[in-house]
Amino acid sequence: MPIIELEEITRIYRTSAVAVEALKGIDLEVKERDFLAIMGPSGSGKSTLMNILGCLDKPTSGSYRLDEEDVSKFSRNRLARTRNQALGFVFQSFHLLPRTTALENVELPLLYREEGLSWKEIHRRAREALESVGLGDRLDHTPNQLSGGQKQRVAVARALVTRPRVLLADEPTGNLDTRTSLEIMDIVQRLNDDGLTILMVTHESEVARFAERVVTLRDGLIESDERTESLSARRELERWLAQAESKADQRTRKSAELKEVPEAEEVAI
Amino acid sequence: MKWSAVPYVAVRALTKNTMRTVLTALGIIIGVGAVITMVGLGQGAAAEVEEQVNRLGQNVVLVFPGERQLGGVSIGGGSANTLTVEDALALQEEIPEVVAASPEVRSQRVIVHGNRNWHTRVYGQSADYLQIRQWPLESGEMFTHEHVGRAALVAVVGQTIVEELFEGADPIGQTIRVRGLPLEVIGVLSRKGMSLMGSVQDDIVIIPYTTGFQRVSGRTHAMVINVQVYNQESMGIARAKMEDLLRERHRLAPDQPNDFTIQTQEEVAQAATETSRVMTWLLASIAGISLFVGGIGIMNVMLVSVTERTREVGLRLAVGARGPDVLLQFLIEAVILCVLGGIGGIVFGILSTEVIARYAGWPALFSVEAMIVAVSVSAAVGLFFGFYPAWKASRLDPIVALRRE
Repeated sequence: MPIIELEEITRIYRTSAVAVEALKGIDLEVKERDFLAIMGPSGSGKSTLMNILGCLDKPTSGSYRLDEEDVSKFSRNRLARTRNQALGFVFQSFHLLPRTTALENVELPLLYREEGLSWKEIHRRAREALESVGLGDRLDHTPNQLSGGQKQRVAVARALVTRPRVLLADEPTGNLDTRTSLEIMDIVQRLNDDGLTILMVTHESEVARFAERVVTLRDGLIESDERTESLSARRELERWLAQAESKADQRTRKSAELKEVPEAEEVAI
Repeated sequence: MKWSAVPYVAVRALTKNTMRTVLTALGIIIGVGAVITMVGLGQGAAAEVEEQVNRLGQNVVLVFPGERQLGGVSIGGGSANTLTVEDALALQEEIPEVVAASPEVRSQRVIVHGNRNWHTRVYGQSADYLQIRQWPLESGEMFTHEHVGRAALVAVVGQTIVEELFEGADPIGQTIRVRGLPLEVIGVLSRKGMSLMGSVQDDIVIIPYTTGFQRVSGRTHAMVINVQVYNQESMGIARAKMEDLLRERHRLAPDQPNDFTIQTQEEVAQAATETSRVMTWLLASIAGISLFVGGIGIMNVMLVSVTERTREVGLRLAVGARGPDVLLQFLIEAVILCVLGGIGGIVFGILSTEVIARYAGWPALFSVEAMIVAVSVSAAVGLFFGFYPAWKASRLDPIVALRRE
């Protein structure tokens, strides 16, 4: 049973002068537990597609079925509810509220929940979500006290706290270095292993290798749709760490050698 | 959705940025503070006026010479020479409702005691004057009708005279000189404070009117006749009888206007409170303008903050906030700002009223109504001026808002 079904989705941006056809007819089926990477050069329509998939935007024509409901006919408020209940978002630039603790950032989606949860339940779920991304000891830290990787992990926790059906990640590693990128991808892969459907937009093929299926867009149409053997982020991370360690070893050896020289001179005197 | 969620979010948003919150509320603090200060001072002044009207005496009617326009509050006057001592005596003897009548003659004189001198007002009055004015003595005694009858050289002095001329020492039995005329001080008046016109009433020397007319002022006619009526109820009748009697005594034909003016204590009070009421309104409306400006300040900051917080709004929308949730959040923020500002303004208003009252010597009165009104007005200001920015925030497109850097 596909969790997402797109049929003939088009999206046309109209300004007074011109009409830009960003999507020209997209058909896409995503099964539950899929890990899909959406690739394409800039201007290919991948952001537009992501907005529609994320219920932030409505298609000009075509139908979008999310969990067997035709989302393309939903009102603004109904879309807001769908975003809150069925979807989790992770953005390139984290989008954490400044001056607000990690815990409160993660609680945010629960505050807008349709059925009211008790404050106790809200706190409990947020804490659990942060613990699941390894930030159980950073609950009271504000974004400016966190590293980039930690911020993105808070954002992942915020996306997970509502127990969504689909996680939408828009260039999740775009602002991160190699090591933290691998850490984030490791978390995402583990979530996928636990049964979460994942849609990830990226323009880096490096990152797309961690997905099980890669959809490439070009000029508003799907150019290719391939299943691939996914790379394990964990293994990549271990390899990277081992390399880094040997490099660090070399460096300490070098500095140790350098240190020996003045010592030798001391002896000479 | 949880009902407390949006208010909670609004409160958190305000506490996250204390500096912005305080600065925004400052406009309202000053506005509300100004309203409370102005109304407080205005009402204090009104109460003071009322108090002073009461201090005028009990059931007092004043008769001025000449025709004066209605509503003229000036208790000075004496623009014509139409009232005589005999008029005063006739009022007292022929009208049963009149308890006492004192013809008044004033002059500004330098009085001397030893090597000190002081410029003051010397009043010629009858022996009943202190009873009319309800003005008790602090020590000594008032001169009597017998003193008045023989134009005795005696005087009753106010507190200012005791301080300035006698340096606080007991003046009873001492002699003061007015134009070389020696007057024996036989009584000291208790302190009375400011008059309606703002003069110090304690700066006074009272002597028998006979002495006043003959030896001090050189005048022949009374400047005012202070009349005391039996009670409040007989005021109207007494007034009518007084008018008839004086017209008859002055031989005025029916078509001639009065050559005197009768004013009851109430009329003086009305004119005075009217003036202070106008003053209060004037002050309050000036303060109201500053409250309005404070409201515009709130709108300004809220608008800027909507722009500044575009990404925040975008995120809230993305994680499931609906437009109305965002609208409500920003509205609540604005109202909280204004109510906090209102409470701060009350504190500020009370403090500044105290300070002004202390240093400028103005009386002040705190009115709970003014505080309630000021705070509810400021909450309304918050709603009114907070609505547009809040509406703007709620209309943001999440995609655009999220992409904004």
